[in-house]
Amino acid sequence: MIFESVIGLEVHAQLKTNTKIFCSCSTTFGASPNTHTCPVCLGMPGVLPVLNKKVVEYTLRMAVATHCQITPESRFARKNYFYPDLPKGYQISQYELPLAENGFIDIEINGNKKRIGITRIHMEEDAGKLSHNPAWSYSMIDFNRTGVPLIEIVSEPDMRSAEEAVAYLKQLRSLVRYLGICDGNMEEGSFRCDANVSIMPKGSQTLGTRTELKNINSFKNIEKALLFEINRQKETIHDSARIILETRLWDPEKNRTLSMRGKEEAHDYRYFPDPDLLPLVVDNQWINAIKAALPELPDEKKERFVREYSLSPYDAGILTSTRELADYFENCLKIFPRSKPVSNWITGALLGLLNAEGKPVSESPVSAQNLAALLKLIDEGTISGKIAKTVFEEMARSGKSPGEIVEEKGLVQVADFSVIEAVVSSVLDRCPNEVKAYKQGKSKLLGFFVGRVMQETGGKANPKIVNQVLKEKLES
Amino acid sequence: MNLYELTMQQAHRLLSEKEVSSQELTAAVIDRIKTVDEKTNAYITVAEKTAMEEARLADKIISEGNTLPLTGIPIAIKDLICTEGIRTTCASKILENFIPPYDAAVIKKLKNEGAVIVGKVNMDEFAMGSSTEHSSMKLTHNPWDLERIPGGSSGGAAVAVAADMCLGSLGSDTGGSIRQPASHCGVVGMKPTYGRVSRFGLVAFASSLDQIGPLTKNVRDCAMLMKVISGYDPSDSTSVPKDVPDYTLLFQDGLKGITVGIPKEYQSTKGLNPEVSAAIKSAVRTIEAIGADCIEVSLPHVEYAVAAYYVIASSEASSNLARYDGVKYGFRDKGNGNLLGMYRSTRSKGFGTEVQRRIIIGTYCLSAGYYDAYYKKASQVRTLIMEDFSRAFKTCHVILSPVAPTPAFKIGEKYDDPLTMYLSDIFTLSANLAGIPGMSIPCGFSSEGLPIGLQIMGNHFNEEVMFKVAHNFEKATDFHIQKPVL
Repeated sequence: MIFESVIGLEVHAQLKTNTKIFCSCSTTFGASPNTHTCPVCLGMPGVLPVLNKKVVEYTLRMAVATHCQITPESRFARKNYFYPDLPKGYQISQYELPLAENGFIDIEINGNKKRIGITRIHMEEDAGKLSHNPAWSYSMIDFNRTGVPLIEIVSEPDMRSAEEAVAYLKQLRSLVRYLGICDGNMEEGSFRCDANVSIMPKGSQTLGTRTELKNINSFKNIEKALLFEINRQKETIHDSARIILETRLWDPEKNRTLSMRGKEEAHDYRYFPDPDLLPLVVDNQWINAIKAALPELPDEKKERFVREYSLSPYDAGILTSTRELADYFENCLKIFPRSKPVSNWITGALLGLLNAEGKPVSESPVSAQNLAALLKLIDEGTISGKIAKTVFEEMARSGKSPGEIVEEKGLVQVADFSVIEAVVSSVLDRCPNEVKAYKQGKSKLLGFFVGRVMQETGGKANPKIVNQVLKEKLES
Repeated sequence: MNLYELTMQQAHRLLSEKEVSSQELTAAVIDRIKTVDEKTNAYITVAEKTAMEEARLADKIISEGNTLPLTGIPIAIKDLICTEGIRTTCASKILENFIPPYDAAVIKKLKNEGAVIVGKVNMDEFAMGSSTEHSSMKLTHNPWDLERIPGGSSGGAAVAVAADMCLGSLGSDTGGSIRQPASHCGVVGMKPTYGRVSRFGLVAFASSLDQIGPLTKNVRDCAMLMKVISGYDPSDSTSVPKDVPDYTLLFQDGLKGITVGIPKEYQSTKGLNPEVSAAIKSAVRTIEAIGADCIEVSLPHVEYAVAAYYVIASSEASSNLARYDGVKYGFRDKGNGNLLGMYRSTRSKGFGTEVQRRIIIGTYCLSAGYYDAYYKKASQVRTLIMEDFSRAFKTCHVILSPVAPTPAFKIGEKYDDPLTMYLSDIFTLSANLAGIPGMSIPCGFSSEGLPIGLQIMGNHFNEEVMFKVAHNFEKATDFHIQKPVL
């Protein structure tokens, strides 16, 4: 039997607000333990939460960008469970009546668009962080993260492969980054993902029993975990066993999923509306203001790049993968308005450099202005394309402008006929055998002569002129 | 006259005229506590040192001519309202040694006025109870008859006022916890409209029902305290941004044009003591005699109030009390040493039986499969009760009823019978469910000399008209002047 996998994702994105969701403590990452806390986020007796408006604004941005319906009166609810990292004994979240429902985003798989449904987006507070050490007889709690705002984005079970799940996740991450609401950093935990996975016979309408995968903290792991789990489920059915409804933990060391808890051990969270917070009213005026202030989103930008700059969808996709890279591209174009070479240099040399150094484009040693200036030098014939590669490397090292580097190192292209003629004559004089062979019809040897001339001029000779002079001399 | 016997209004006049100092007044009150509280056990903590400092500060403010209505007035605080630096126990072992690093919003307001916080008074643990017998700290006695309960849960706050161990106090009312002890101790008590007073710093029992309010020696004092503690607080999302009138300026003589409603459902309540019934009837006649019109109103759904209340209040409590887990503050018992064992042992030993009973009821009501039948159904009943009241208030300004079905009962009488105990609040719960204000004023005495209270309920944010009725009734009667002998 051929099986098809069915995947739905629950993504938790930490919002980049300055303060927490229900108090005014800082959300800055990395402070000394328990310094970003107050009676409210510590759950002291008698304190009350007050909703941070910025959190609603950020969530609305995401809701609008994912074409969701906004709930006019949404509610906060308490999710009750005991754990030491949860100071109140409940997490303030949303349950019935989340802020946004019924949206979608489009992903691209092998050049084809696929629409993935968004079930709901809701706001909630993060928990604290526990530290355990086998050498200690105790555990430690850091409440700095307690009350940091999160949004949970729940997808429909619309994905049919690990590849689609990764594409969806990348698209979602690109969105939150474009919107400026989340870092999207999976490794640091500001963008987390749980996956619901099941399999069913291809073409079937009935979903199989699902398992929930937790602890997947990188794109690489998502793909690995999903592939492992899909395969495990197939093998289970092959062995005529049943899939059990359970939560499974991804073990990145051993590359496998392990059962964490079954249905019987599933928590009963006893959700009920939080009486400390009023229903959240969002009117059309607010939604319209959010819509009006929304930046150009990745899909729109990509389409515009294809249309406006005649780029291939592939290149446009790379250039619009982050807002910063797209801005970089357009900043280059302001100085050097030829999209093709700019795109080639960015997707080639620049991204190669950034990947090698592990830096985001915002920290690129080569500025957009400098890259554009370099392309201008090539275009004007001041330097050759080959020399340009050397200049680029030097720019990456020193951060200097290409003009400075070219001048300092004397890399200006030699375009003087008489100088090139002299070098050509000297090369031909020293290679009588090759000249003879050429004249007998071995025209491929032209490349050999060009090479020698370039070598003698330190690569600075204008290749067009070298070609022209060589042909003239050899064919005269 | 002894200084501790002064009303707030009298004390304010004497202080402003510098005939007495706050230090003299405060010392007299503390002395009174030392003399009589061994009989009544109202105070959990007497904050003598800080109270005397506050009194000194108040005297300085007064000498500078900046006297405000509460400046220098000694006030007692129910022990679940957080006071910075003063232990706040909620009468529970689990918070026995908890000293809040913050003041409740109402405490800040009192301090801004220059009031003196005398100490913290006893209550049923986490405000769960109607007799103050469910305190893990001490047993409080009714000053009118030491064999009897003072009512609850704000029993200590009512006793402290009745026995002149403070000039006024703040309690909290979730289902009658201010009005019922006020009634049993012969003092004035008000539960304001939900949202009128900030709950910030009030340790939560049932968040959608809890409200802080004053207990005082007379109606005017009640209005004075209400004026100070009321008002919008951005740190409590459920407080309402609405101007606070100066209630004391609204006192007018006569009740012409006022219509009072008498709910027909309350007249046939099972267990209503005939002496209480007679006192209420007589009070209604008095109010009519001053000029009010009297009509019958109907509140068809109040018979379900007790059931709905215990589901909603217990559900919210089960969640509100989850934070007392032994991890961060308060009592901890290691139990068998693992996490679950620590939770179990801490909460089993830290909470009293009544609190545990309600946590269990609430947990059950919110559980998957039971939520719709209990919490959701109770919320629907609550809406119907709200509608009953808004319908009734279309035809009348205030509604009158008994506060409690009987005068104060004997200590131990209902302790082991929670259902009967829960019925003590049958007349008061509905106001909390509907979010409307309710008030208790002295309206008579039983043949055994026990105080009886009259409940006045008003529409949302209509405390003024309640004060008007209460003030006129008080002027026409002398129940509030009578004092227990200790």
